[in-house]
Amino acid sequence: MTVEAPEKSAKAERPVVRRKKATLWERLKRDKVMLLLAGPGLLYFLVFHYLPMLGNIVAFQDYQPYLGFFNSEWIGFENFTDAFADPRFWSAVTNTLVIALVQLVFFFPAPIALALLLNSILSSKIRRFVQSVVYLPHFIGWVIIVSIFQQILGAAGLLPNVLESLGMPRYDMMTDPDAFPWLVTLQLVWKDMGWGTIIFLAALLSIDPQLYEAAAVDGASKWRRLWHVTLPGITPIIILLLILNLGSILSVGFEQLILQRDNVGAEAGEVLDTYVYFNGIQNGEWGPSAAIGIVKAIFGTALILGANKLAHFFGHEGIYRGADK
Amino acid sequence: MKGSTVALTSKRPAWMERPTWYGLALKGLALAFIVVAVAYPFVSVVATSLSTDREIVANGGLVIWPTDPTLDAYRVIFAGGDVTNALVNSIFVATIGTAASVCATIMMAYGLSRRGVTGGRFILMIALFSMLFGAGIIPNFLLVKELGLYNTFAALILPGLISAFNFIVLRSFFMGLPAELIDSAKVDGAGDFRILLRIVLPLSKAPIAVVSLFYAVGYWNAFFNALLYLDDTDKWTLPLILRLYVLQGQPMAQGEAFSGEVPPPQLAIQMAVVVVALVPILLVYPFLQRFFTKGVLSGAIKG
Repeated sequence: MTVEAPEKSAKAERPVVRRKKATLWERLKRDKVMLLLAGPGLLYFLVFHYLPMLGNIVAFQDYQPYLGFFNSEWIGFENFTDAFADPRFWSAVTNTLVIALVQLVFFFPAPIALALLLNSILSSKIRRFVQSVVYLPHFIGWVIIVSIFQQILGAAGLLPNVLESLGMPRYDMMTDPDAFPWLVTLQLVWKDMGWGTIIFLAALLSIDPQLYEAAAVDGASKWRRLWHVTLPGITPIIILLLILNLGSILSVGFEQLILQRDNVGAEAGEVLDTYVYFNGIQNGEWGPSAAIGIVKAIFGTALILGANKLAHFFGHEGIYRGADK
Repeated sequence: MKGSTVALTSKRPAWMERPTWYGLALKGLALAFIVVAVAYPFVSVVATSLSTDREIVANGGLVIWPTDPTLDAYRVIFAGGDVTNALVNSIFVATIGTAASVCATIMMAYGLSRRGVTGGRFILMIALFSMLFGAGIIPNFLLVKELGLYNTFAALILPGLISAFNFIVLRSFFMGLPAELIDSAKVDGAGDFRILLRIVLPLSKAPIAVVSLFYAVGYWNAFFNALLYLDDTDKWTLPLILRLYVLQGQPMAQGEAFSGEVPPPQLAIQMAVVVVALVPILLVYPFLQRFFTKGVLSGAIKG
């Protein structure tokens, strides 16, 4: 029941033989049930994914809810200049980049390391047990996770008590602005380190075992096999995920951060998304906040395309594989 | 994937050197640490929710195992207050939302699962392209307001009705069903809709179950949309209540249940709310876990 195989056979059947005589009307009639079934989905994507893109025009308006999209005054790029002139915006950019960087360095490699560890376990019973434990936190919402962390690291939690019993001063990591990037990264590691291994485990499984055997026969040690067989085997997927990560570098988890921003204050806890939320939806600064959203999207896309170019330059596949799509 | 069986069996291949004892010990320690670090918080939360005031004070706020378990905290939150109300709301949204999402996803996935359907390729591109670009918080919020969905449960369901990811998973499964089955049904005179009901759906129970569970967990956890779109507190779902009582530390009214008796400690009540939010996920997790590796992979690799 692998889902891959049928796709392959479908590809082999290409090019699709199409009856040339059928007119558009006849074909529509033939496919009417299929199209009707796909219709609601199409409508959903158009209304909730494409219509809001048009809504971005408020970035160029002095948008007032009682005037609506059509009667609000057009003010060109004033919202953009206003947004860029706000020091809180730049503070949010800095916080976002710092958190993204800490996550890139300390969260990104974690699933790779865990996947290598899991892959090295020969007993499938132990491996399955560990997997079923570490995948679990992925399915738990951020509110619960932050609550749990509050229990463990918060003022009355485990860590301060342990520190005190060891004769050290109590330390509340949850409200320490300096530790904030580390805190959110730690939470992310707890939530998604296990889940992140899935894709790497799949890549590890697809490495031909004969390569290992041949390397071992040629006298390569365990570490050399890791370096010369395993790592090259998963490099494409690492690069793919790295590129995708770069694209979302300006959106560090909204739910996670908005729940904890007030614990450490806006100076350390405000990121771009929470800034847009508070400034736009809470304070009614619709235009400038939408402008920031646009800049963010453009920047993210540019980063993805740039990183992909770079990957191609170094001879890797990157996200898209040639002219396939 | 042919050679993967070698790595999966518990026997060490002949060419692999025997592991050293310290290597094994190190590995075991690392794994034990990870398992405990993931599992311990859950145990602690449940234990604290069952604890009495005295015990929580004695343990400095964190109970590892309650010696004198009590369900008082649960009696408080199920006494008909905010938490009960939020629980009902959450169950309602999760049930209706999952049903709506699964139906819409199945319909769209089946409608686009056959090659050569006029316009199918175009619709597919529209769906896939939406994964690359989001419109941003402000336009989405304004859209929900303009559509009159603000402060309704529909605002929690419609904006995320179809996940492109789940759509891909189902579509690639439908495409993999043997074409002979569908062709022979056609020869027997079945229309496309009847083929969906009689042939495709019965053969796709497993992937539909996975997709349903993914949706259900998503609706259950949904915090962002609830925060953005729900105004009235009596419409609040569990994540919002959880934030109010546990993270913002608002004390919960004790109600009549404990007049004259020692009320359960706030911390136990807070953890009881966390447990209530957690239990449905823990209940469906074993089912999810059985399927998801396959489901997620097919989506990720083919995506």
